[in-house]
Amino acid sequence: MKALGIILAGGNNTKMGALTDKRAIAAMPVAGSYRAIDFVLSNMTNSNIQTVAVLSQYNARSLNEHLNSSKWWNFGRKQGGLLLFTPTVTSENSWWYRGTADAMWQNVNFLKQRHEPYVIIANGDCVYKMDFGALLEYHIEKQSNITVVCARAPESDDVNRFGVVKIDSDKQITDFEEKPMMAHSNIVSTGIYVIRRRTLIELLEQCNREGRYNFVTDILIRYKGMKKIYAYMLDDYWRNIASVDAYYQTNMDFLREDVRNHFFIEEPHIYSKAQDLAPAKYNAGSDVTNSIISSGCIINSKVENSVLFKGVFVGNGCTIKNSIILNKAYIGDNVYVENCIVESNETLLSNTSYVGKDQIKIVSENNNRYGV
Amino acid sequence: MSRKEMIAMLLAGGQGSRLGVLTSDVAKPAVAFGGKYRIIDFPLSNCINSGIDTVGVLTQYQPLVLNSHIGIGIPWDLDRNNGGVSILPPYERSGNADWYSGTANAIYQNVRYMESYDPEYVIILSGDHIYKMDYEAMLDFHKQNNSDVTIAVIPVPIEEASRFGVVIADDNKRIQEFEEKPEHPRSNLASMGIYIFSWPVLKEALTAMKDQSNCDFGKHVIPYCYEKGMRIFAYEFNGYWKDVGTLGAYWESNMELVDIIPEFNLYEEFWKIYTQQNSIEPQYLASTAKVSRAIIGAGDSIYGEVTNCVLGPGIVVEEGAVIKDSILMEGVHVKKNTYIEKAIIAENTVVGENANIGVGEEKPSKLNAKIYAYGLATIGSNTSIPDNVIIGKNTAIHGKTEEGDYPNGRLESGGYIIKAGD
Repeated sequence: MKALGIILAGGNNTKMGALTDKRAIAAMPVAGSYRAIDFVLSNMTNSNIQTVAVLSQYNARSLNEHLNSSKWWNFGRKQGGLLLFTPTVTSENSWWYRGTADAMWQNVNFLKQRHEPYVIIANGDCVYKMDFGALLEYHIEKQSNITVVCARAPESDDVNRFGVVKIDSDKQITDFEEKPMMAHSNIVSTGIYVIRRRTLIELLEQCNREGRYNFVTDILIRYKGMKKIYAYMLDDYWRNIASVDAYYQTNMDFLREDVRNHFFIEEPHIYSKAQDLAPAKYNAGSDVTNSIISSGCIINSKVENSVLFKGVFVGNGCTIKNSIILNKAYIGDNVYVENCIVESNETLLSNTSYVGKDQIKIVSENNNRYGV
Repeated sequence: MSRKEMIAMLLAGGQGSRLGVLTSDVAKPAVAFGGKYRIIDFPLSNCINSGIDTVGVLTQYQPLVLNSHIGIGIPWDLDRNNGGVSILPPYERSGNADWYSGTANAIYQNVRYMESYDPEYVIILSGDHIYKMDYEAMLDFHKQNNSDVTIAVIPVPIEEASRFGVVIADDNKRIQEFEEKPEHPRSNLASMGIYIFSWPVLKEALTAMKDQSNCDFGKHVIPYCYEKGMRIFAYEFNGYWKDVGTLGAYWESNMELVDIIPEFNLYEEFWKIYTQQNSIEPQYLASTAKVSRAIIGAGDSIYGEVTNCVLGPGIVVEEGAVIKDSILMEGVHVKKNTYIEKAIIAENTVVGENANIGVGEEKPSKLNAKIYAYGLATIGSNTSIPDNVIIGKNTAIHGKTEEGDYPNGRLESGGYIIKAGD
């Protein structure tokens, strides 16, 4: 492959509410068995990208734990590898990453030492399948300076949390507005870019000299007249999970057969860290309908229209409805849960009830499990 | 190569012919178990959990699935720079080439492998049993007794002891006598086929017995050590240990996992069982699904009714299908409105619509009444079953069967259709 991968997994944002209190968005569990970053990592490895650098600073520990071995995504080769770059203090620099461009600039030596002619930059909070090889071919064919992967924002989603682009008939980007008050189009940037490695290095160094730190506003938007910037349309399923509603909706999308087929059955597959959990177990009282259930779950009662992540325990006499239960949550007896996202490792005491009325409720109680 | 205190030799070359069509194209240790695992995962996981990082796996019968399952040992953390897992098939030497002709003969043919690690102790394991055991505790026992050979034994009900090799030990657990499948057993301590040898003892015994035909540990090597007056001790193991060598035992031990708190619990954090996993996807239960008392594997799609079953990964059960008291392995597809009761269905088999499997009166199998018993319908891997057929009990089917193979659309109890395998 002629490209190396950079995954910008730095962030946190207020739209995720309490969900990102204890983890980076890229480490959010998705679709029962995965973490958000698995999708981009799998896309990269399935596109034969051998070297991937993950840039992270907000709660990097959560991500680091997930990436503790690169073998699950088939990285970790002599040629290439999976690298996690967090900010470090050096003789020239003692800043945190001040923005996406700054994050890359602080690792510019890595970019300089590589030999791949192109760089594919992506984020860690999108759920999609994509062949970066085809993207790179498009980039070369268009003689583009920067190619931005664009998608139509899902109707249910809030367009104004994205970069909104205008394109001409040749797919060249004529206008780019970051998080506009009033969107003039529903074509949004997915946050995936292709750029020549040398061009990226030049732009990053220029930015740094000018005290600018953001890839979108200080490079894409500032240079949009000077550089040829093309859009590459991604027409398959694509969702960004970085708001509570989008996160909930994306997980619920997996109750649709077409979405499951796209991700679970059609090749290539999405990889994740092996967990060695026993298969899910349904005891005598279980009544599970239209739900996604993951390995290690033990279910004793009613679950409907829900997504249960790994190792969830549901006690007797419960009803779990329209909800997302994250990894290793323990739900006692006679608990009613509706329209909720229950945090991972959470313990819900017996005879309790949690209902999201007008919006999805995030359940994070920090009960002591061993007191149950 | 740096020295290893104890290495393991895992005998995985056996066919396990009593599992019938389940082992027609895989070795017994590679047979699927518990909705996710293969039998060999239990001794391999026991090794790494006991701190043994060097394991030789001796293969001979149908090794393809076993080889690809083990690979370089990543799932068990046995991918090591020094040691790790090595697959040891029989090989040709200048002058002669022999198949493994017995358990001890197989180990003898790999003396050089063991020597290369210069171990103090060697543990001999077989890939036939479901259990969790700390081999390090057994090694401690071996050292404490200054033992030459230690045999793991398990107490069994005295009325069943005549099915096993039993040992008679004194108060210090030193073995006084052996009885192979005795009619009137004098002890209820059955040998588990797990031996720790001090390496010089093992090497000496194997070399002395090298011309013994079909050289076997239980029949030849242990008696040899006994006659030489060596210190042989019995290490008593009191956990769950199950030989899944027959279809009945295999079915039963899978079904035990479905109990609310099974005697053999795979959901504990402690002493995990590791396996090579092809599917990591979650499973989907549709609005029409009814699942209870069941273990359901990763990536399954269930639209029908599943009760008291163990299902492996990647299985599809279509709407209206009803499956009871059965074991389905990876990739099985059961089509609409089919009824299945008390069946074992191996990998990637497709069962057509409106079929009835495992129904009717029980009759002895015409193929082999000892193997195909217990009222089970046993269906091999990569088999297809056409629509609308009725299949009885104690039946065996393997291969791509068509309507014409079923006179009047039936395979009566005790019948068989074998169109695949060697």
